[in-house]
Amino acid sequence: MKASFFKTLRTTLLNALWMMLITFPIMVIKVKPRESLVSWRWMNLLWVGIGTFSLSWIWRYLLSRRDKGSKLNAGRGREVLGLLWGKKKIRAVLLAALTLLVIWFPWIVNLYQVGIITSGLMFVILGLGLNIVIGYGGLLHLGYAAFYAMGAYNYALMYLYWGMQFWLALPLGAVSGALFGILIGFPVLRLRGDYLAIVTLAFGEIMRLLLLNLSDFTKGAEGIAQIPRAAFIRALSLQEATNYLFYICAVLVAFSIFIIRRLENSRIGRALEAMREDEIAAQSMGINLTRNKLITFALGAFWAGLAGVILAAKTTYINPGSFTLLESVMILVAVVLGGMGSIPGVILGALLVTLIPEYFRALSDYRMLMFGVVLVIMPIFRPRGIIPKLRKHYTVKEVDCSS
Amino acid sequence: MEYFLQLVLAGLTKGSIYALIALGYTMVYGVFKLINFAHGEIYMIGAFTALIVGGALQITTDLAPSMIFLISLVAAIFFSAAHGATMERIAYRPLRQAPRLTALISAIGMSLILQNYVRLAQTSDFLPFHSMIPDIPWLTPGVSPITTTQLTIVVTTVVVMISLTLFIKFTKMGKAMRAAAQDRIMAQLVGIDMNRVATYTFVIGSVTAAIGGVLIANHMGQINFYIGFLAGIKAFVAAVLGGIGSIPGAVLGSFVLGMAESFGAGYISSAYEDAFAFIILIIVLIFKPSGLLGRNEVEKV
Amino acid sequence: MSDTILDIRNFSMIFGGLHAVNCVNIHIDKCEIVALIGPNGAGKTTLFNCITGLYTPTEGDITVYNSNKKTVRINGLNPNKITELGLARTFQNIRLFNSMTALENVMIGCHTRLKAGILGAILRDGKTRAEEQGVIDTSMGILKKLKLERYANETASNLPYGPQRLLEIARAMATEPQLLLLDEPAAGMNLAETKRLDYIISKIRDEEQITILLIEHDMNLVMSIAERIYVLDYGELIAEGTPAEIKANPAVIKAYLGE
Ligand SMILES: Nc1ncnc2c1ncn2[C@@H]1O[C@H](COP(=O)(O)OP(=O)(O)O)[C@@H](O)[C@H]1O
Ligand SMILES: [Mg+2]
Repeated sequence: MKASFFKTLRTTLLNALWMMLITFPIMVIKVKPRESLVSWRWMNLLWVGIGTFSLSWIWRYLLSRRDKGSKLNAGRGREVLGLLWGKKKIRAVLLAALTLLVIWFPWIVNLYQVGIITSGLMFVILGLGLNIVIGYGGLLHLGYAAFYAMGAYNYALMYLYWGMQFWLALPLGAVSGALFGILIGFPVLRLRGDYLAIVTLAFGEIMRLLLLNLSDFTKGAEGIAQIPRAAFIRALSLQEATNYLFYICAVLVAFSIFIIRRLENSRIGRALEAMREDEIAAQSMGINLTRNKLITFALGAFWAGLAGVILAAKTTYINPGSFTLLESVMILVAVVLGGMGSIPGVILGALLVTLIPEYFRALSDYRMLMFGVVLVIMPIFRPRGIIPKLRKHYTVKEVDCSS
Repeated sequence: MEYFLQLVLAGLTKGSIYALIALGYTMVYGVFKLINFAHGEIYMIGAFTALIVGGALQITTDLAPSMIFLISLVAAIFFSAAHGATMERIAYRPLRQAPRLTALISAIGMSLILQNYVRLAQTSDFLPFHSMIPDIPWLTPGVSPITTTQLTIVVTTVVVMISLTLFIKFTKMGKAMRAAAQDRIMAQLVGIDMNRVATYTFVIGSVTAAIGGVLIANHMGQINFYIGFLAGIKAFVAAVLGGIGSIPGAVLGSFVLGMAESFGAGYISSAYEDAFAFIILIIVLIFKPSGLLGRNEVEKV
Repeated sequence: MSDTILDIRNFSMIFGGLHAVNCVNIHIDKCEIVALIGPNGAGKTTLFNCITGLYTPTEGDITVYNSNKKTVRINGLNPNKITELGLARTFQNIRLFNSMTALENVMIGCHTRLKAGILGAILRDGKTRAEEQGVIDTSMGILKKLKLERYANETASNLPYGPQRLLEIARAMATEPQLLLLDEPAAGMNLAETKRLDYIISKIRDEEQITILLIEHDMNLVMSIAERIYVLDYGELIAEGTPAEIKANPAVIKAYLGE
């Protein structure tokens, strides 16, 4: 026990020294070439040392814990939650309480808060959509923002040229997203997982470059401004429109959850999951990969298109800068953090990813750094996310098979 | 004609840089079947280290420029290699048995971490980079078509390629790498230490990327924390174009891509310069996923 | 009753320069149990991969005779099409859907025999609901037949090795095949499990009229259940016959024991 303690102490100290050494130029020295100044920030060196030393302990502890329990289980807490949720009465009460809270919410907080939560809900829709592609289909899609852009530009451009209304644009945006998904799906069908990731990234970047450079049509980097908010019978005041959009988002989230849950527990949902688990075995069980990959892309893009229209109506201004790779990565972070394939997980993930940087402004500079940390840490220590997917258990009537 | 020659030279220069980065991609992919998304960041760290060390020496000492160049190059190589090896140790080694997509997600995370570590510790602005490569007298700027930096880049690339090929062919570690690329489990069974292979692979890839980073910074005259992303993606495209896993393929793919970009931007449209790489990537992967020099393999079932 | 169900003619598969299987002729009749044996690397799995559409054969014809006497040449067809035609397989290195439960694994097997699409899933109309219930019942029935029902809600990767192999068979049976291809089903099983497997395979054939082609190294199992045996060595077919004939065949003995 003692010997192992000193051994660990030694390695962690060495780790700390090593990190202090390798980060030395970047953490300590700062050159201002224009003023010919060099500043030495020795304190940083100390922080790196202390940080590495403590993190190294935690890391080793978590790794040893991970290697002990290797069975695929969702975890005790998750199962208890699942059981509670399974009870009809408890579920009804919880749902009713949630509905009331949503209805009351805009009346108890200010405009700014409503706006933030609306962004959060919009991100939940995006997360649920990407979750179909990654969580169920197992296709790592790094160009998801392109579908999102499709929805947003659809509304913005159709408004610009034809004066399209929000309520018409919403379904059109979703459907055109889905069609675009199929269009992009076709060429990438045969690609293996990691190549697919890079090619979708390429598609996303091409889309952005097109939006940027076809400036006669899309207004380029300047973007499209003064897109109308959603109207209800008459044009609404800012306060009303904000609350209205919040309700719309809440309803759309409920709608998405309803649909996706039904898809998940169906023949199609099972086929997608089988494809994620093992493409070769899935094919041999009679699953048509082409068809199911296209379905995956179309479904995923459908929700992105929907969210895109909402974004345009919410911010009333869009430009290609809202649809970069970082946007796609952020949605990926939400899914990986919450739990791939898990609806409650993805909802939580999406809310965390959007709300933490909003409410802890001091952290906002570190936002991307934290996202990176999430993407590195989660696969190692909690590959199935904060709220892992709970497998459906079937209770079966006695079947007579003596025949 | 002069314009044409300029484009050829620009293409060669770009291609050389891509090649230096693509080597790391192709080696890591060859052995671990992992797209090391953070590889571009190693190149960026190389450029930054050179700027910091070189800048500090320029300001605080009065060493000869060639001396400063050498010291900062060595520093860039050392620190990039250290970052590369550490990254493998932290993010990839615990995932070696995990599904490939998991490791790719981790790699994307690593890329974000490294970018923002440099951004937060240094700056998000572009920093001017004073070229430290001493001018060769007979390459008078404006008279000779090629600049000293361009010549240095191309020559260095060729030297690095040749040494790497010799390393892979003739050293024990090179052989171990090739064995591991063929069949990882078999290689382990015959006693090859995969952890050592991993460290070497990442260190070598980082060294070449760092050289690329230093050279391009000298050539372009400014850098920021984000230069690794585009360069990394393009180098990856080059590696795929040549046939990922193949070292000569990576070099060939890089030069083809460099030329394509240079001519595309020169004769078609410079607004879409960055799109050419993506379009090439899509076309190659759809029609010939094994690339120009890669072998066509059927996945074993 | 010598209705041919699968006919393989002049079949070769070449990888680069390697002749994995070389000009082989095999035919299988309805309701037979046929074994394919041979040393490791002989090309047995490769043959299975070609029959089930995972590889496209370099040369030759593979023909399936359907239950309604329809003849289909299946070279180069997609695996899922071939499964629809009534061929199903297991894998030598188990390929279950690891994070799904045993029951769900079997339910996936039912995929081709179902119809529900996206709309059905969303609306969940009476027909879809009935179909879903049917899937659960059928799958559970198959699990029971193979005595796997106690693992029904267990994650596949958490199952012991023997039951995992059986689950592969259960999953294949859910596709309602006429011909079942088993790739080393007894590999890694203990004696008792192998005995049970012997019984199960015969039962599948006898009760469901499913024809069986199996690759196996366990000679006791092969000799006890196979009615005909093909022997493959270095991609060549070196013998064909009843178990008794194969046991006595000098070429086979040489291939197995060396010079
Ligand atoms: N996808 C492939 N690519 C290259 N060679 C292969 C492939 N699949 C099988 N082989 C080779 O074909 C030969 C036969 O393999 P296999 O059919 O697996 O043998 P068996 O199942 O009889 O043990 C082996 O030499 C194997 O290495
Ligand atoms: Mg085999």
